[in-house]
Amino acid sequence: MIIQGAAIYVLWLRELKRFSRAKSRVVGALAMPLFFLAFLGLGFRKMMIPGVSEGVGYVSFLVPGILGMSLLFSSTFGGLSVLWDKEFGFLKEIMVAPVSRVSIVLGRLAGGVTTALVQGISILGLSFLMGFKINTIVALPLALVFMALISISFLGLGLIFASKMKDMQGFNIVFNFVIFPLFFLSGALYPLDNFPVWLRYISYIDPLTYGVDGLRAVLIGVSSFSVLFDLVMMIGISLMMIFWGAYFFEKSKAV
Amino acid sequence: MHAIEVDRLIKKFNSFTAVDDISFTVEAGELFGLLGPNGAGKTTTINILSTLLDATSGHGSIFGFDVSHDKHDVRKNIGVVFQEVALDVKLTGKENLEFHAMMYGMGKNERRDKVKEVLELVELTEKAGMLVETYSGGMKRRLEIARGLVHKPNVLFLDEPTLGLDAQTRRHIWDYIKKLNRESEVTIILTSHYMEEADYLCERIAIMDNGKFVASGSPEQLKDVLGGDVVSLELEGNDGNLVAHLNSLDWIETLTKHGGVLSLTMERGERRIPELITAAHNHDVKVTCVHLRKPSLEDVFLHYTGRTIRDQEASQSERNRAMMRGRMGKRR
Repeated sequence: MIIQGAAIYVLWLRELKRFSRAKSRVVGALAMPLFFLAFLGLGFRKMMIPGVSEGVGYVSFLVPGILGMSLLFSSTFGGLSVLWDKEFGFLKEIMVAPVSRVSIVLGRLAGGVTTALVQGISILGLSFLMGFKINTIVALPLALVFMALISISFLGLGLIFASKMKDMQGFNIVFNFVIFPLFFLSGALYPLDNFPVWLRYISYIDPLTYGVDGLRAVLIGVSSFSVLFDLVMMIGISLMMIFWGAYFFEKSKAV
Repeated sequence: MHAIEVDRLIKKFNSFTAVDDISFTVEAGELFGLLGPNGAGKTTTINILSTLLDATSGHGSIFGFDVSHDKHDVRKNIGVVFQEVALDVKLTGKENLEFHAMMYGMGKNERRDKVKEVLELVELTEKAGMLVETYSGGMKRRLEIARGLVHKPNVLFLDEPTLGLDAQTRRHIWDYIKKLNRESEVTIILTSHYMEEADYLCERIAIMDNGKFVASGSPEQLKDVLGGDVVSLELEGNDGNLVAHLNSLDWIETLTKHGGVLSLTMERGERRIPELITAAHNHDVKVTCVHLRKPSLEDVFLHYTGRTIRDQEASQSERNRAMMRGRMGKRR
């Protein structure tokens, strides 16, 4: 089906306007990751964690993980926000327009990735103020690529859930049984090497594992896999998620 | 070619049949009304014709484009004002319209002109820069009607356009709709459970009940089935030869007498009252009270279904609640 640039642009624009007007949403989206960073960072500062070398320190180890967490939360919610539109009727306005469903998905993606990146960059910026250091400046653009790929993957996941759910009732279930396990399994808070082997295998099917590992690799030069492997995995996963998201969205009904 | 053509349309939700084998056509430029109680299947019909739902069987087409196969072309040709508010309340009125215009692929200049034009039409120019969440119900409705017109659709669907609005705003919106239909070529299909709304606005009406059409025609045709206006005369004392005289008049369709009250049905009752009074006077019968009642579509609904629309709504919402309970139960 056709890709309609104007429609994608206006869907993106709408997302940005809504985001910039919801001050509490912006503050809330930044507060939680920063609290995690501050309290976990301070609390575990003196602790020796196997797998985190002394040269790196826990705070530096934690920053990429918290970045990943922020992207995971905001992007999954971004995908699920289709349900808000359904609840408030606006989805019908979108669905009845002569716009291909692919363009609608792309417009939502563009909006979701942009707002997620704004949050991610803000957190990264604030962590620099808290003393986080990166090896080279080249790391930043690469980190942005990883951040975008993480965001795309979970927007797709949110979209799949949104297409399968009728209303916001299942929201808590998704939060408790999908988002939180994905977060904890990803190794955002601790090295995966500390997991028992069977659990480590489960964490390998978590997309965020490769996202956080990739961010760690480019930002602080510590990782379980090679950057290239993480990158290839993330590209593959994000493409797959988007394809599925678009597929289920296409099949879903606005009423 | 018909503007809208519907052929044996059926929509089932599990075992519940929302739309039960309906067929109709609407000509270009016509203002057609679907009238019936809540739950009669009007909105489901609109949702199918506007490509949001797929029919279980049967066909619908808009200017020759099939609503289940040529969705993209159908969407380009229609504008929809949904029953529930479908605005983004976090955007301003103008932004909602611009969003719409861009979704419909309108160019920059055309967009600017048209948005300005429709805002003026619904008298929202001054409020255009305010967030929609600050709008009143009537303003939201007007904005939605304006939005439905931005891309110059050939067919405009209005699903319960005045639901929940006060009498004054309702009258206002009726005027817009009439003006719109008169001045632009747009074909309008409107649903309502307000009898007087359909009567006032629509050239042709289909009365819908339990998913089926029970009658259709112009409001006048539908009301004619009831035999015209009812004139009641309250008489004092003996009626003498008056009844015999009235029975001989060919413009009186029916005559019944209950106690001291004569009920007559006729066309254009208001013009016949003086004649009736004169006749009574000539027969030395004193008339103490005259009452004229024009049949309403409410009477037509009663005539065809044996129930008033309000009765029907009560039982319908009872049934919907039962259905909801069933659905919720299944989900858990």
